[in-house]
Amino acid sequence: MSSDGDGEGAAPSVESVTGTGIPVRGNDIDTDQIIPARFMKVVTFEGLGEFAFFDQRYDEDDEPKDHSFNDERFHGANVLIVNANFGCGSSREHAPQALKRWGIDAVVGESFAEIFAGNCLALGIPTVTASPEAIGALQAHVEENPATRIEVDVERETVRYGDTAVDTRVDTAQREALVEGNWDTTTLLGANPDEVKETAASLPYVDG
Amino acid sequence: MSEGTLYDKVWDRHKVRTLPNGQDQLFVGLHLIHEVTSPQAFGMLRERDLEVARPDLTHATVDHIVPTDDQSRPYADDAAEEMMAELEENVRDAGIEFEHPGTDDQGIVHVIGPEQGITQPGKTIVCGDSHTSTHGAFGALAFGIGTSQIRDVLATQTVAMEKQKVRRIEVTGELGEDVAAKDVILTIIRRLGTDGGVGYVYEYADEAVESLGMEGRMSICNMSIEGGARAGYVNPDETTYEWLRETDEFRDDPERFERMKEYWESIRSDEDAEYDDVVTIDGSAIEPVVTWGTTPGQGIGVTEPVPDPEELPEDKRDTARRAQEHMRVEPGETMEGYDVDVAFLGSCTNARLPDLRAAARIVEGREVHDDVRGLVVPGSQRVKAAAEAEGIDEVFREAGFEWRGAGCSMCLGMNEDQLVGDEACASSSNRNFVGRQGSKDGRTVLMSPKMVAAAAVTGEVTDVRDLPESEVVNA
Repeated sequence: MSSDGDGEGAAPSVESVTGTGIPVRGNDIDTDQIIPARFMKVVTFEGLGEFAFFDQRYDEDDEPKDHSFNDERFHGANVLIVNANFGCGSSREHAPQALKRWGIDAVVGESFAEIFAGNCLALGIPTVTASPEAIGALQAHVEENPATRIEVDVERETVRYGDTAVDTRVDTAQREALVEGNWDTTTLLGANPDEVKETAASLPYVDG
Repeated sequence: MSEGTLYDKVWDRHKVRTLPNGQDQLFVGLHLIHEVTSPQAFGMLRERDLEVARPDLTHATVDHIVPTDDQSRPYADDAAEEMMAELEENVRDAGIEFEHPGTDDQGIVHVIGPEQGITQPGKTIVCGDSHTSTHGAFGALAFGIGTSQIRDVLATQTVAMEKQKVRRIEVTGELGEDVAAKDVILTIIRRLGTDGGVGYVYEYADEAVESLGMEGRMSICNMSIEGGARAGYVNPDETTYEWLRETDEFRDDPERFERMKEYWESIRSDEDAEYDDVVTIDGSAIEPVVTWGTTPGQGIGVTEPVPDPEELPEDKRDTARRAQEHMRVEPGETMEGYDVDVAFLGSCTNARLPDLRAAARIVEGREVHDDVRGLVVPGSQRVKAAAEAEGIDEVFREAGFEWRGAGCSMCLGMNEDQLVGDEACASSSNRNFVGRQGSKDGRTVLMSPKMVAAAAVTGEVTDVRDLPESEVVNA
């Protein structure tokens, strides 16, 4: 498949993401926290970026609270660093859409909820995992040194920063899809309509 | 790898091919859509000049944003009206059947599929909603998808998926008095964790599951996702077939029913099926469960003390501390006596007829506590009509509950039904996340419908086993 990104449905290859990091600490951060439901009363994904983590970032009077997404030191960061079971709960793609529109290009964490990781892949955002110790060290490093350059190497399953190289894991299908530029699945799935018809015809409950 | 399970069989029947990245292309037998996660997908189709491939296998309803009191159009909330109008236009253009409030068949997407009989064993079912796992109660392979995947399914009627492992969860023995399906699934999630199911599909089995009716099985499968499992299922059996025989799909076509039943029987897990993991839980030891925290895994028996975070595994401590601060609970105390301001009986987990009947038996002859706002939101217009035919609405109204129209309502607070400030809610829904019910300071205590009824009349979390139930409402 083309990886130049200009063909209809073609997706650019994402071999690696480089930039600065932003930590969001805590296990079980659900998609209601990433984007509260009241911001989903929209018919497009435009403009969701400013509402990412909204209820963690602002108090009742809309005054900013202590949160990395409010911290100027992390402005411009594109690698989100999280802990375990990130993105659990609702299947809302609004969550990764909000993160993407805020500026996130890759997420590094201890573990991810499946639907969330799938939704990230559909947007070309890698979700790579590493040990709790490695994640804790990376979060602490970024908090102290927000300007540190981080490279999320999807192809080689490594995250590099400073003198450190962290072994990470990228789901095999995700790695293939990102590296080969195969993550826009509509084109891929639309390539074999006759085969799809055959499968449909073989099912006892499908008419035609 | 698993072999001979329902999951393996349904997967194989629906697999079109293996994709270059190693995922499989799966044919989708039923695509359910609603107003929140589909508009952007239709927009993407328009951008690419693609058509909906199989409108005949696509079914729409509106549930998340619909008001449950005044449903006259245009809706008072402009944003809700815009979403509704967008859905109406999309389904009209594509020729997709749409259960809107005017049809008397509208309701929460995971309630209406089963009640119409379009949810069937051996089907692949997807929807842009994580609680799609509900449909697994019928032995369907059903899972939630994101909006980009909705686009894929609309355009091709297929989805790209990785095959997962299968964990069989055997819940043995007989459930105790007043112990509900909700208590079973909350116990499973507590035991296996909110991420224990990542990478797995759950097969629920054994006496405590198989003795449940379809509604109870739906409550269990519904919350598979709260345990991290994208899908969960129960093998179809006579209980399943009895339900299906009476639905719109088969009521007038017994021959087709018999034909389909052969297929349904064929996809049941084999006696000697192999599983990647098997977990056994003693169903007879389960008591009514309530949550004390802000994840569905933070549940305890109603007579058990709230755990001390310091005594939990290290990776659970921080979450537990923050949860206890938010909920204002102390280790060592039970949840009994925890004051509630709102009682919400609704959601795709627990708003079907037997749920409402069970709660009504507790409410009958009692009154909602003076400090409590009680809300009953039936899962569908049909559930509502059936409850009204039995007089259940009157039981709730006389006790002081508000009796509303069908929708997702206060489960996620996308319509007007929301917690205010730091209100505490006894809720039959599925998520106690911070902010979930519409107020970021709101406090949610998950429990079964009967336990919600008990909390509503006493004004605090109460062991329903201590409240004798009325015998007036039929079982």
